[in-house]
Amino acid sequence: MENRDHLLQFTIPQLLRWRVNKTGEKTALREKDFGYWNNFTWNLYYERVSQVALGLEALGLKKEGKIALIGDNIPEMLFMAVGAQSLGAIAAGVYQTTLPEEINQLLDYMDIEMVFCDDQEQVDKLVEIRDKLPKVKKVIYEDPRGMRSYRSDDWFMDIEDLYQMGKEVARKNPGRYESLVDEGKPDDICFFCLTSGTTGLSKATMLTHRNYINMGVQISKTDKLEDTDEYVSFLPFAWIGEQMNSFGVAMATGITINFPESVETSMEDLREIGPHFMFGAPRIYETIRSQIWLKIDESYWLNRKLYAFFMKVGEQAADYRMSGKKMPVSLGILAWLGRQMIYRPLINQLGLLRLRRAYTGGAALGPELFTFYQAIGVNLKQIYGQTEIVGIAYMHRDGDIRSDTVGFPLPETECKISEKGEILSRSPSVSPGYYKLPEKTKELLEDGWLHSGDAGYIDKDGHLVVIDRLSDVMHDKDGKMFSPMFLENKLKFSPYIKEAVILGDKQEFVSAMINVDPIVVGKWAEDRGISFSTYMDLSQKDEVEKLMFQQVVEFNQNVDEDHYKINRFVVLYKLLDMDEGELTKTGKIRRGFVQKKYKDLIDGLYDATRKEQEVEAFFQYQDGQSATVKTNIRFYTMSEGV
Amino acid sequence: MSLLTISNVTLSFGGLNALSGVNMDINPNMITSVIGPNGAGKTSILNCISGFYHPTSGDIQFGEHKLSISNFSPHQVSNLGIARAFQNLELFSGLSVLDNLLLARHQNLKYNFLQAVFYFGKASRIEAENREYVEEIIDFMELEAVRHQIVGNLAYGIQKRVEVARALTLAPQLLLLDEPMAGMNIEEKEDMVRFIVDIRQDRDVTVVLIEHDLGVVMDISDHIYVLDFGELIGSGTPEEIAQNPKVIEAYIGEE
Repeated sequence: MENRDHLLQFTIPQLLRWRVNKTGEKTALREKDFGYWNNFTWNLYYERVSQVALGLEALGLKKEGKIALIGDNIPEMLFMAVGAQSLGAIAAGVYQTTLPEEINQLLDYMDIEMVFCDDQEQVDKLVEIRDKLPKVKKVIYEDPRGMRSYRSDDWFMDIEDLYQMGKEVARKNPGRYESLVDEGKPDDICFFCLTSGTTGLSKATMLTHRNYINMGVQISKTDKLEDTDEYVSFLPFAWIGEQMNSFGVAMATGITINFPESVETSMEDLREIGPHFMFGAPRIYETIRSQIWLKIDESYWLNRKLYAFFMKVGEQAADYRMSGKKMPVSLGILAWLGRQMIYRPLINQLGLLRLRRAYTGGAALGPELFTFYQAIGVNLKQIYGQTEIVGIAYMHRDGDIRSDTVGFPLPETECKISEKGEILSRSPSVSPGYYKLPEKTKELLEDGWLHSGDAGYIDKDGHLVVIDRLSDVMHDKDGKMFSPMFLENKLKFSPYIKEAVILGDKQEFVSAMINVDPIVVGKWAEDRGISFSTYMDLSQKDEVEKLMFQQVVEFNQNVDEDHYKINRFVVLYKLLDMDEGELTKTGKIRRGFVQKKYKDLIDGLYDATRKEQEVEAFFQYQDGQSATVKTNIRFYTMSEGV
Repeated sequence: MSLLTISNVTLSFGGLNALSGVNMDINPNMITSVIGPNGAGKTSILNCISGFYHPTSGDIQFGEHKLSISNFSPHQVSNLGIARAFQNLELFSGLSVLDNLLLARHQNLKYNFLQAVFYFGKASRIEAENREYVEEIIDFMELEAVRHQIVGNLAYGIQKRVEVARALTLAPQLLLLDEPMAGMNIEEKEDMVRFIVDIRQDRDVTVVLIEHDLGVVMDISDHIYVLDFGELIGSGTPEEIAQNPKVIEAYIGEE
């Protein structure tokens, strides 16, 4: 595998210049717009970045100045980020779903001087909080649509005008950009990456050029990546999972980044591109599998029979492949046949045929999902890391995939388990700390090791096993440990269950609150002629609750330990929602909040005398109206039956 | 100067006057709304403008040169740059969104049979131009995700959007919208309002809007005409209309 260690001496803008000199005419970025794919060569990428840099300098952005980026993924995000970095300034990603109030707090905390937005939707949020943002001097936007009334106001600026401004400076002072880039040092801070904020306001993780480039260089030592590879950018840009690819991997290896036409078309665009590798949170892989199931379910019977038969074959073969064992010849032949007849056409439909590797990270993935993807010939691997170490620090190696582990450290990464059982890491990708939070930084980097906050151990084969958040691990009344997240994922393997919350810390038994999957269960109900109106109505149908009971029975049969078994559960009347603060932006459960909000229900779960309970559901609609609905929620005890 | 002038238009069916002596001035680059109870003659006015009906008396003049269009047929009106989105969707439900929009560009297909057969020279160039134009509209109306889907399979709110998009592909100067928000939920309505405002602002298209949702009308209109039983009973800015006693009576009834 190619050793790219020599790239570690560069900053991101310097590395961009190096790429331009090497493969200037090659496509660096591609964006679908007006129905077709537009190419940006490395030359054009560099030109845009230099114009942005000189323009921002003319607007008054200086070394260590901060600019926030809010919006969907578009090439201009990278132009702005790398442009700012060329000045020694720092770019900061803000999630595009963030509400104005929170944007206000974040911009204030990060001392943001300028903001880049992709369109009117984001600009309008800033207009709403403009009075509270004295530090913000300029708002630059990409899409001028609907912005006509802002044009006379010089707080706003079209990115085209910024390019012009940069061109003007370059004309007067041709060597200016080069000399700015030369001044950069690889250990300068270049980006603020927000942590997911599971507990309170997000922290800004400071990351250096070297942090990013090292990640790209190290991953390409174990997994081959070439400059002819394609990658589709559909994760939120503010998330480390996207940045590690667009800064780290792309700069270090020269892959092409493809930007979808819109968020809604990203799966369709992925199919058109046929990427060589992809990265996603478990939710994406769950969604793709649900789509496959739905399509198969709607297909004609021969297809369904063939699929059912070859899936079994594929799963058996996958077990051999994942563990690197040699499979029996007969199984090998059947698996080959299945691959030709079923899996290849199937994954081709999804655009995954060229895919060499799919990575999942951000949260744990159910073991059955690994087997599923490996069975259909998608090399799905778990990675593990955190924002503070540029996303990836541990990864499965090809042919050594185990669904219960996260594999081995990347090259140049050291791993240690502390006395408390916490996973500690050390590598050139570790962040220097959080912005303006010395106390938190000290906790994070105690004794020179990066503290993950996760409980884990190294198993006999040297694989790292992650149990759960150190703070989330629960114990039953007898002190026996269990991980709610692990059990939730296991429960969520049922296609009918969208989300689950496991409870039972210091209690006699484990219990669960379950969200039915509106699409799959909706179709299930339709097929059986069960009529329903809202989600609430669907979830409280007798038949649906019976279905859930069955799912829990199967779960209890499949868990390894007796104290993992669910004894009582309720079916929630609404989906857990990001906007209501029940989930984080990356889809993790905010346990504290959820436990407070559903306290009555949780008390009921641990009160054996209660059979049902009246709850008042409060709904906030998108137009600002709200409504309160009363409903009776039933508690189910497994030993009593339905 | 107004873009469209309706002078003293009367439309009779037998003894019934659907419109009697209606006068309206549609000013360029504005959103003009026509409101009124059911059967007031709102759609009849649009039908007269777009050439489906011809006024029994009176005149309709369009454009700089005050061209009288009251006896024009629908396709002549549409060639002048007046496009219409219908209240009841008039789309080809078996075709994709893209094909529906491309079809609306048929008046721009100025190549001959032979060129079409070999897809040669002018034919391929014009087709490419049309596709480019249509793609621009798809982007504007945010229909990327449904581009290749069959119209009949789409949700009603999206079909309405396609209907407006189809009218836009004609590159009109004047766009007639007949209840574009009927049957939509709040979120779809909000989107549609934004589209209408953007059509006026970013595409410099004059809009005539018929709409029942008074909140929307009051929010986005520059000028409002009120019809009742085929007669104009009020005209003015939203503020003036809200104060007009005749209008209040027609909508709320006598106290």
